[in-house]
Amino acid sequence: MGAEVFDRIKSRLATGEEEGQPAQGPARAPAEVSHGILVLDLAPGAVAGAVRALKEEFGFDVFLDVTAVDWPGQDPRFEVVWHFYSTAHKVRVRLKARVAEASPAVPSLTPLYGSAAFMERECHDMYGIVFEGNADMRPILLYEGFVGHPLRKDYPKEREQPLVPYREGFEERG
Amino acid sequence: MTMDKRVIPIEPAGGPGKSAAFEYISTRKDELVGWARKFSIFPYPFVTACCAMEFMAVSSTPYDTDRFGAALPRFSPRQSDLLMVVGTVTHKQAPILLKVYEQMCEPKWVMAFGVCATSGGFYQNYAAVPGIDRIVPVDIYIPGCPPRPETVIDGIMKLQEKIAREKHPILTKDF
Repeated sequence: MGAEVFDRIKSRLATGEEEGQPAQGPARAPAEVSHGILVLDLAPGAVAGAVRALKEEFGFDVFLDVTAVDWPGQDPRFEVVWHFYSTAHKVRVRLKARVAEASPAVPSLTPLYGSAAFMERECHDMYGIVFEGNADMRPILLYEGFVGHPLRKDYPKEREQPLVPYREGFEERG
Repeated sequence: MTMDKRVIPIEPAGGPGKSAAFEYISTRKDELVGWARKFSIFPYPFVTACCAMEFMAVSSTPYDTDRFGAALPRFSPRQSDLLMVVGTVTHKQAPILLKVYEQMCEPKWVMAFGVCATSGGFYQNYAAVPGIDRIVPVDIYIPGCPPRPETVIDGIMKLQEKIAREKHPILTKDF
């Protein structure tokens, strides 16, 4: 059932072309269907246009999640992953974009999906991805004063950043 | 074998005209106060995680913690004697735990319910406090993930023994 809409999305988006504007970078890997989800690998600059097309042309009205994957040793290091769902077609689409460690920035999806605001804050907490256009990037799961991004692979797992100073006789690790 | 029907005469000790109630009792003050306190442990459940299910089990009728005077939870820390920390405490939660502890009146005791409150359990990460004894002093640790109700009752009884053995000063440092 999803195959037909997947083909249309592929022919529309997988080339990396934008209507009326030049492509902001080629797709890095060919679009494929993995476990029933269409996976599109895009350049960071192409994400905003692709999401707008998904929402306005293909009826992907539910923004499911945004998260990131840390690939230590690879360049670009981070892979930001978005998931969308269409209640009309009952299919899911996954978008991926690679960003470098030096400037881990992708456009925010808050103008298109209000629910993106909190999820982008969480992704910023955990991986340090900067979502340009999200006005509120305060910590949401972490707390003010927390240094670093705990789900990055180089964050030491035993490191502690307590809010309450430990009682006498206890030392914080890290 | 049949028993003879006898009328047992009820007479106050010391002969007619004396009261049957005891007139004097001889004990240590700490023992008396400790005996009273160990049977009126009003718990405050500071419930943060999945151990709550086992807390509900131990609060249920079959286990009858009212035998220890520890059945009635007070939902204000100011009225409670025992802070039961049930579940994982995160660094973000720690200031709240400390505030609740500081709201409690003396005398007060703290129970670390389950392995997460005791030592952090299987969590060793950026979020979890590795044992609430880093934040507040703990009187009794109950292991288990989650603890069986019998373990909790054993913990309550050990805490009772501890309370009975403690000094119970009438004037405290805060008085």
